[in-house]
Amino acid sequence: MFSAKIWKLGDDIDTDIILPTEYLAFETVQEMKPYAFSPLRPDLASKIQPGDMIVAGNNFGCGSSREQAPEVVKALGVSCIVAKSYARIFFRNAINNGLLLIEQPDLFDEVSEGDIAEVTPGKEIKVNGKSYDIASLPDNLTEILEAGGLVKAMRKRNGLD
Amino acid sequence: MAMTMAEKIIAAAAGKESCKAGDIETVTVDKMMSNDGTTHLTIDMYNNLKNPHIADVSKLVWIIDHNIPADSPKTAASHKKMREFAKENGITFYEGEGVCHQIMMENHVRPGELIFGADSHTCAYGALGAFGTGVGCTDYLYSIVTGTSWLLVPETIRFNLHGSLKPGVYARDLILTIIGKISANGANYKAMEFAGEGLHDLSIADRIAICNLCVEAGAKTALMEVDDVAMDYLKEHGREPKAIFKSDDDAEFSEVYDIDLSEIEPIVAKPHFVDNIAPAKDCSDVKIDEAFLGSCNNGRIEDLRVGAAVIKGKHVHPKVRFFVVPASRAVYKQALKEGLLDIFMEAGAMVMNPNCSVCWGACQGVIGEGETLISTGTRNFKGRAGHKDSFVYLASAATVAASAVAGYITVAEDL
Amino acid sequence: MGYTLVEKIIAKKVGHEVKPGDIVTVPVDWCMIDDIMVPFAVQKFEEMGFDKVYDPEKVVLIYDHFLPATQTDDSRHFRVGDEFAEKYGLKHVHRTDGICHQLMTEAGYVKPGDIAFGTDSHTVTYGCVGAFSTGIGYTEMAGILGTGQLWIKVPETIKIEIDGTLPGNVTSKDIILRIIGDLTASGATYNSLEFTGSTVDAMSVASRMTISNMSVEAGAKCGLFAPDDKTCDYCKIPYDDEIKDLHGDDNASYAKILRYRAEDFVPVCACPSLVDNIKPVSELKGTKVDQVFLGSCTNGRLEDLRTAATILKGKHIAPYVKMIVTPASRKIYRAALADGTLEILSDAGAIITTPGCGLCCGRGGGILSDGEVVVATNNRNFLGRMGTSKVQIYLASPATAAATAIAGEITEA
Repeated sequence: MFSAKIWKLGDDIDTDIILPTEYLAFETVQEMKPYAFSPLRPDLASKIQPGDMIVAGNNFGCGSSREQAPEVVKALGVSCIVAKSYARIFFRNAINNGLLLIEQPDLFDEVSEGDIAEVTPGKEIKVNGKSYDIASLPDNLTEILEAGGLVKAMRKRNGLD
Repeated sequence: MAMTMAEKIIAAAAGKESCKAGDIETVTVDKMMSNDGTTHLTIDMYNNLKNPHIADVSKLVWIIDHNIPADSPKTAASHKKMREFAKENGITFYEGEGVCHQIMMENHVRPGELIFGADSHTCAYGALGAFGTGVGCTDYLYSIVTGTSWLLVPETIRFNLHGSLKPGVYARDLILTIIGKISANGANYKAMEFAGEGLHDLSIADRIAICNLCVEAGAKTALMEVDDVAMDYLKEHGREPKAIFKSDDDAEFSEVYDIDLSEIEPIVAKPHFVDNIAPAKDCSDVKIDEAFLGSCNNGRIEDLRVGAAVIKGKHVHPKVRFFVVPASRAVYKQALKEGLLDIFMEAGAMVMNPNCSVCWGACQGVIGEGETLISTGTRNFKGRAGHKDSFVYLASAATVAASAVAGYITVAEDL
Repeated sequence: MGYTLVEKIIAKKVGHEVKPGDIVTVPVDWCMIDDIMVPFAVQKFEEMGFDKVYDPEKVVLIYDHFLPATQTDDSRHFRVGDEFAEKYGLKHVHRTDGICHQLMTEAGYVKPGDIAFGTDSHTVTYGCVGAFSTGIGYTEMAGILGTGQLWIKVPETIKIEIDGTLPGNVTSKDIILRIIGDLTASGATYNSLEFTGSTVDAMSVASRMTISNMSVEAGAKCGLFAPDDKTCDYCKIPYDDEIKDLHGDDNASYAKILRYRAEDFVPVCACPSLVDNIKPVSELKGTKVDQVFLGSCTNGRLEDLRTAATILKGKHIAPYVKMIVTPASRKIYRAALADGTLEILSDAGAIITTPGCGLCCGRGGGILSDGEVVVATNNRNFLGRMGTSKVQIYLASPATAAATAIAGEITEA
């Protein structure tokens, strides 16, 4: 279980918002960090603290396949994202980078930015005294998450770790 | 009193019978060209004036050519500022039609005129016997507000051209050779004047290439006598001369050079100065990553014909990016009609929209760390085409096209 | 019980029947890696510790987003790609030939029934020839490069039937925009879209490409067309029984079936700043524009350029308005040179750039600034996609784009 401060975004947070094309080719994710979410909220990246969480509506991560999007969110120290739904490429990319994504239909409409949530992965999220159920991931995804991402899973397969 | 061509144009612009090198004259400027390199700055300065005013808007020509299509919100914002100001004030305005100096040659420059351009390569207009000179934003602003400016009358270095260029040698090789000879500051503050029977064989394209590059020797302007070739060009483009001047036989020149055109060889200017010249044949150990055929210096139909003739039936080296950029829409369309664009595209080159492109070093074809470019552009200064640690060689259209095929610097005849 | 097209494609590859929701590991016929993602994929591949690429014949590197380069670091991506290709013996590297999604079918790689993955979301484009293809991240791509396979969840299918004859000023772009509007930007998430009906049958492969390409904007995993004789001509393969079997069965189980009459379609735009914010062009008339963009993997093909040229012939774009035309590939550029299309467009005042992603990728090719309005034929109008977040992007068909360029305001063709 962990607790996290909530940053609240809306529906259809696309990958161009999460990281605009202009910054995609930076050599390291560290260089990209200040520009995360910049078209929508230019100051957000500097405010997010390690351990904070993002709460959003429908279709989070829609748009391009740019894996820099979940990588930069992970690099900001975001502990997890809770959204009503995710775009599918973003979902895969996040799992492959060890970023926890949680689908929850009600929480978004009932919490405010700045609220503190208590997250028990695979079980529930508690905010403002209310509990929200969350599902656990399919086995093949849990395996990747538990390995710490796809790179580590492949290294294991190749006998390197 | 005997006068040079430069003195005669300035005297006329000053409303005087005569003037001489070293005088400072107040002149009426015939035309004022500005492009998207700096116009946004001029507009800011203009808007800060107490009584902003344009003396004669019909003399202004504004051209978006450096960053078109725009590559960043910043350049787009400067374009917007320029476009809106031009629209509001009724300024003659071009956007995406080609490189400013080529647009000026095709549509505006007349022999005998004094033209300011907020761009150093404005000296190109000497190819039609006009005194074109590059100015900064402040000078430019003063001239648009007052219609006048002050000018130090330059001394003139005279180049008498004799004979003709050998096949496979171009005007570009000639001017690079001259700059190598007199050095990058050899004509500081001066006018470079070209005359002699060797001039008559040179096309307007050749003449523009020569005059355009004179600023790389520090020249204030470049001038050529107006002959039938120049008059034909004017007629073809529907214009009449303002006045035709030539230097008096007994005019005083600071230096006189006699140049035998038949002695010129294919030349490259090596990094990082335009006067660091070497025979192209001696540079075959230089591998290239990118090649550029275009610019106000060498992006005319004649240059594209030369490049296309070299590359026809061959293929660009797989690791080389070859940009071909016609200098204007008119050049683009002519090249299209003649089948040149298809020759380049078939060979694996990339034909771009008419603009400054690689020569400007932003917007298109920027080169990376450690990369080498061979270019028909105007400058090879450190970092000119992109990364600060990159290398630019200047050469003729033929040498550039041949090098694009070979993957290293070579002259066309060795391909 | 029959099968949907995506079920048939996957079943054939894994050698057994599949049903929606099954998680299966599929062999990969084609891997496409674009220039933006090359260094990242290479880095992950090396971190994973592979010593060879599973099949160098099946990997295609394409440089398109960064051509022409606008930043000093761009060419590093080409260099990393070239070095990787050399080290692992990759055969297919396209350095200056055009947009990846155009080339993957045009250059003869992806064929009906193939499974392809690419490091770009518009990899769904190859559904136009009846291939299962979709976008993935660079880490998964690195995994495929090493293993030749990837797990996927067999998607449910939404069938979209369109019958009848389209009005003259309506193109396949208007169709897919309307469908995205109806489904919403997340309405097909995890699903396969399967397009059928007499309207679809009558369409060129190029028009189908536009529809497949934008399927991802409704969240779809793929957007499929059953291959027909036109597909086979385009792919230069025989139209045999195996190909003829690649279609959704009438008795297959669909999550949803949407039926449209072609006659009901009108020219539409996706309005700022969501792809599913669809309005008829007629309702937007009078919206002043600063720029028009004709190009991209969605609408940069020869028929798109010709559509625009037909409208622009003998006319000129409005004063102070720019029209930027970026053909999708070198082959298209040359064909448009040969048939006079580019000359018409240039006479009308268009700025014709070299083939590549251009403005659609937002790193050059006509970036805009605060308060400016652009009508564009590409696939995304997200906030900040073409400059600042105060740029208004309207997505439209090539016909609407051309008519708008002449009028200087949004106009029906």
